[in-house]
Amino acid sequence: MMCKRCGQRPATMHMTEISNGKKSETHLCEACAREIQAQGFGFSFSPQLQLHDFLAGLLNHELGGNKHDHDELTGKRCEKCGVFEGQIVKHGLLGCGDCYPYFEDRLLPLLRRIHGRTRHTGKVPERTGGRARLIKEVNNLKSVLKEAVSREDFEQAAQVRDQIRQIEKSLEDGGGA
Amino acid sequence: MPLKKTINDSHSRWMDADGPAADIAISSRIRVARNLAGIPFPHLLDQKKAEDVIHAVRLAVIDKDVSSKVGNIELSLLSEMSPVERQILVDKHLISPELLSNFERKAVVLRDDEVISIMINEEDHLRIQCLIPGLQLQEAWDLINQVDDSLERTLDYAFSEKLGYLTACPTNVGTGMRASVMLHLPALKLIKQLGGVLNAISKVGLTVRGLFGEGTEALGDLFQISNQVTLGQSEEEIINNIVAVVSQIITQEQAARNALYKNRREVIEDLVYRAYGTLKYAHILSYEEAMRLFSELRLGIEMGLVSGVHARLLNELTVRIRPAFLTKLSGNEMLAHNRDVFRAELIRKEFSKLQ
Ligand SMILES: [Zn+2]
Ligand SMILES: [Zn+2]
Repeated sequence: MMCKRCGQRPATMHMTEISNGKKSETHLCEACAREIQAQGFGFSFSPQLQLHDFLAGLLNHELGGNKHDHDELTGKRCEKCGVFEGQIVKHGLLGCGDCYPYFEDRLLPLLRRIHGRTRHTGKVPERTGGRARLIKEVNNLKSVLKEAVSREDFEQAAQVRDQIRQIEKSLEDGGGA
Repeated sequence: MPLKKTINDSHSRWMDADGPAADIAISSRIRVARNLAGIPFPHLLDQKKAEDVIHAVRLAVIDKDVSSKVGNIELSLLSEMSPVERQILVDKHLISPELLSNFERKAVVLRDDEVISIMINEEDHLRIQCLIPGLQLQEAWDLINQVDDSLERTLDYAFSEKLGYLTACPTNVGTGMRASVMLHLPALKLIKQLGGVLNAISKVGLTVRGLFGEGTEALGDLFQISNQVTLGQSEEEIINNIVAVVSQIITQEQAARNALYKNRREVIEDLVYRAYGTLKYAHILSYEEAMRLFSELRLGIEMGLVSGVHARLLNELTVRIRPAFLTKLSGNEMLAHNRDVFRAELIRKEFSKLQ
């Protein structure tokens, strides 16, 4: 069992916690237990770690893992950060940004289950956004165009159409990459 | 210097109780997750690499352009603080409890008014937070957006066209944004309608948590409503969704307060003044009891039944009566019982100053 607080070291201390009149067991590594006692603060479960347990369970399922397989260093490895599939399954955390394309096949069903969608539609960073930013701009302009046409403002519509063509051409030429 | 002020002063901008709908919506918070391209996420970093991330952020925040846009900000290492000081930052909601584990590898950037804070090497390389009073999610997003843009001039973010901002946990990928509003809902609880309302929230893709996040009791009738989905919705859509739902809850709470006042005025008045009296004269107060009394007195303030006490004082006290701040004030670790005595004394003193 891993420590409920840091999730990184094995739990060796088993403490009884009494809060709000309810007794509960908590499992900590020695370092965390010492830190908590030294501080004298009430212990509350780390929310993210609970979520991780839950996610690890889901990932385990999506990645077709075996529940009893607790050996982390198994399965495919991300070429960039070297994290093993087994580690991701166990901790519910990816290793680096490149893990996303690398484990994409297995992640997409999970993302769909968590978010209901699999495509980002929000903010695009100004500098590193590159093509994504241009594509987003084209989409914005297209709705402006539609609106201009419905208002029968053909002058603006022509202008917007030219802008769209220009950006699309630069995208074809590999712009923003 | 700002860090010392942050730790010595229990006050923070979000406590001012002066935003829109501040009689029910205590504060609005937005956090966005950002990671640096080409560097493994924090949980895989050793001490040296974690320090590299901190260094990169340090360089980004000392940039003149950033300080002119973002304001007076300062980076502090968690290892430079005592355990009590670190805990005070958690209690003031400026950092998450998760930043405390493996603190040797972590840092925080704080703006002097504490409206902006950036956690470094929490679950993601950067977690940018904006926390302001009242229901002002759009304003919080505008601020975060600005900070984010100016940091991005120097930092290369891990971003994908398809999946957006890449995060350690797949629950945050996309916008990387978690927006939340802290609501005070005592009347809905009194008329036993809270369960139904909170249940409905979970059905529209939002989450409800207590004061200190998931798994914590709803101390002081305070509830955090936040989004669950981060992928496939724009930041504006996420915000609009929360604002729409939160406005509904506010309307319900308001209706419950009005109904109580109209039909059971003596019950409300008794509750409020009992709480006032206890806070003013009690000699032993546990944290839980104090939070309950604050909630009841707060209701009286919000309904205009009590004058002379400002909700700002109660907000500040919720931080000051936590074990960390009490330890700091007394200069000593205390046993729980002594702490309860000290807590009551502190509250008595504050209330005796009031007219
Ligand atoms: Zn631990
Ligand atoms: Zn990787």
